[in-house]
Amino acid sequence: MTPEMLEFIAGCGKNMHFKPGEFLGKKGDPADYLYVIREGNIAAQLLHPTRGSLTIRSLHGGEIAGFSWIIPPYRLQFDLCAVEHTSVIALDGNCLRKKCEEDYKLGYFLMKHSATEMIQRLVDTRIQLLDVYGARV
Amino acid sequence: MAPESDYAKVTQQTVQPDVWLPVLYTVQERKAENRGIVTLKLAPSEAEMIESIEPGQFNMLYAFGIGEIPISISSLWNSQQQLIHTIQDVGTVSKAFCNLVVGDQVGVRGAFGTSWPLEEAKNKDIVILAGGVGIVPLRPLIERILHDRNDYGKLNVLYGARSSENIIFHQDIISWQADPTLNFQITVDHAYSNWRGNVGVVTRLIGNANFDPRNTAAFICGPEIMMNYAVHACLDVDIPEDRVYLSMERNMKCATGFCGHCQFGPYFVCKDGAVFAYPQVKSYLNIAEL
Amino acid sequence: MAKHHAFRTDIKGLISLFSQLSGQGYSQIGPLVRDGAIMLGEIQSFDDLAQGYTDEQAQGHYRIKPIPNKGLFQYAVGPQSFKQYLHPPRRKLWSTNGTNQNFTVETGDKPQKMVFWGVRSCDLEAIKILDRVFLEGAFVNKWYQQAREQLLIIAASCPLPSANCFCTSTHTGPKPESGFDLGVHEISGNNGIYYLIETGSQKGEKLIKKLQLQWASAEELESMERMIEKAASSMKKRFEPTEAAELLKKTLEHKYWDEVGNRCLSCANCTMVCPTCFCTSTEDITDITGEHSERWLRWDSCFNGDFSYIQGGKVRGSTPARYRQWMTHKLSYWYHQFGTSGCVGCGRCVTWCPVGIDITEGLEELAR
Repeated sequence: MTPEMLEFIAGCGKNMHFKPGEFLGKKGDPADYLYVIREGNIAAQLLHPTRGSLTIRSLHGGEIAGFSWIIPPYRLQFDLCAVEHTSVIALDGNCLRKKCEEDYKLGYFLMKHSATEMIQRLVDTRIQLLDVYGARV
Repeated sequence: MAPESDYAKVTQQTVQPDVWLPVLYTVQERKAENRGIVTLKLAPSEAEMIESIEPGQFNMLYAFGIGEIPISISSLWNSQQQLIHTIQDVGTVSKAFCNLVVGDQVGVRGAFGTSWPLEEAKNKDIVILAGGVGIVPLRPLIERILHDRNDYGKLNVLYGARSSENIIFHQDIISWQADPTLNFQITVDHAYSNWRGNVGVVTRLIGNANFDPRNTAAFICGPEIMMNYAVHACLDVDIPEDRVYLSMERNMKCATGFCGHCQFGPYFVCKDGAVFAYPQVKSYLNIAEL
Repeated sequence: MAKHHAFRTDIKGLISLFSQLSGQGYSQIGPLVRDGAIMLGEIQSFDDLAQGYTDEQAQGHYRIKPIPNKGLFQYAVGPQSFKQYLHPPRRKLWSTNGTNQNFTVETGDKPQKMVFWGVRSCDLEAIKILDRVFLEGAFVNKWYQQAREQLLIIAASCPLPSANCFCTSTHTGPKPESGFDLGVHEISGNNGIYYLIETGSQKGEKLIKKLQLQWASAEELESMERMIEKAASSMKKRFEPTEAAELLKKTLEHKYWDEVGNRCLSCANCTMVCPTCFCTSTEDITDITGEHSERWLRWDSCFNGDFSYIQGGKVRGSTPARYRQWMTHKLSYWYHQFGTSGCVGCGRCVTWCPVGIDITEGLEELAR
């Protein structure tokens, strides 16, 4: 990342804090932010009619939450709920998107970063689906 | 005069004990860990007992009239005289073990296999990655490190389970979580709404661990797929591959290298393993049906 | 390397040796004709030994036929090897009586005192390989050890190797070099058959002393050497074991495994006839009262479905994987495990394969 990119990204960001149980966003909400987690624990959840909120994935300090900001239709796919006191840097999705369309270098950088994370989550999800700890029937 | 024939050296050896004969033990305590998982505490029925056992090693346990299975030692907190084994009901023999009650007798042969290389891990940071019942052979390792806590650096125990219902060793987990010298992290693959903990694969917990990769030993046990990913997760954070150890599973019938069932490439898992350094097995892990 | 001396006798010397051993309480095991093959069995009288037969072997083919030569060793090897007496196909490990609350364990049977007649060099080397497996590792197979300690070996050189033999490649024949008590060479001379006997141990020397035999002449020793050279040069199959071991390490994903796997029936014949295949499984047999149970050891094979079973399924579910396991173990991993090849070039796996798969051809395919 070049100093210019960093400066621009920093300009789109603000600090936010969430208490346990507080939502960063809910499924279907506009994906207005890319959250870079500084510390804490965020659960990506789905609400099941009878089983309650099911956590699909836990996200910790150093990880990002919400890459829906970069992929149309720019809507959150899961509820994001703070499990403990969580501090994030919230980067303005609209601002980033606009800049990415103008500055392909930045766009590529952010897309590559997001894709890496997405692939990792896809791999993890596939392993989860394999149910490796369960006895095969 | 002609020399004694080649096998003369054989005849000069003292006749060894019969490796097939079990030593009798009696069930002293039985604890249901979970649905289908039981921990048994065994004590010698008479004076005779098996060789002393180290973390990572296993015994062959015989259920009267049913058969014999390899089971890792699950705790060494107690004296060597008592054997603690945790058994998951997955087949005829393991089911028989899960159904035993206090006072029942079993046969034990052991101890077999390689152990976790605690000596080589001294003065190093430790990352322990357990998947599912893979926590069982790792528990005595954790106990041993905690017992000699000053001999080791930072200690991280990362445990992945299928769901909250499948977590075992609750008492240990409570004490590990309370222990300031131990970074214990747990995650599940599938969560119910009552689960407030982590969800996701165990390898992701490495990001929450504290260690200096240049001076770290990693110990992994779980299903083979999980171990494959866990090894790479360790390598990705620059833990040297010769300090990554894993415990392999193959069909072990005799535990002495005589029956051939547990072969994995050039190894007999029963005596060359079950604990291997990753470079030993690296080139065989990705070959189908080896 | 040729010994510089040997004793000479006609068949009477061997008959006298047989009587001497009978008097010493040995169970005498040797080749005899049964079921249209040269089999192994207990010889009650010297006449039981197969005499005046030869065999004809090819890929998946075996026949014996009578010949004018009334020799004892004018064939290669039959389907059985002496493995079955040192490492029996079925053996009771122990039995147990009682209940879940209280049971006792009693050991199984002990091995007999045996003498093996006519052990060919390949099978002799196979016994040495089994010694490494069962005696020289971290654990000792006690039953094998007891059988081995009491064993007397009368080896025989091979005058007529079969078309499937390749002991010159594996450096295991055709002349027995060591590891025997007595080594017999059957020579068809102009005036009939005679035998040269070498001693390989003090036990062998004691036995031969009682027979009061003459020394063999220099000409007779030369005849023996010629016979062995002729036998050695008759073998056409060829490979270098150490090269094979390296080749197999690099060809674990070769297309040959699928090809051979399509032909292989996974019948396990090769492992049963192999003189070094040692794999076993255990069986628990409980009577109807549930108070008496026996634990048996029986031969198993890496070609059997459940051989590689672990929780959740078989590691080697397919035939190509099982064939690869057998061949790579035998010719490559064996070095890692026991310091030598596991193959002694007896050719049995080629002869007794119902579809005639030839391990030496396999090596050629893999090298391509």
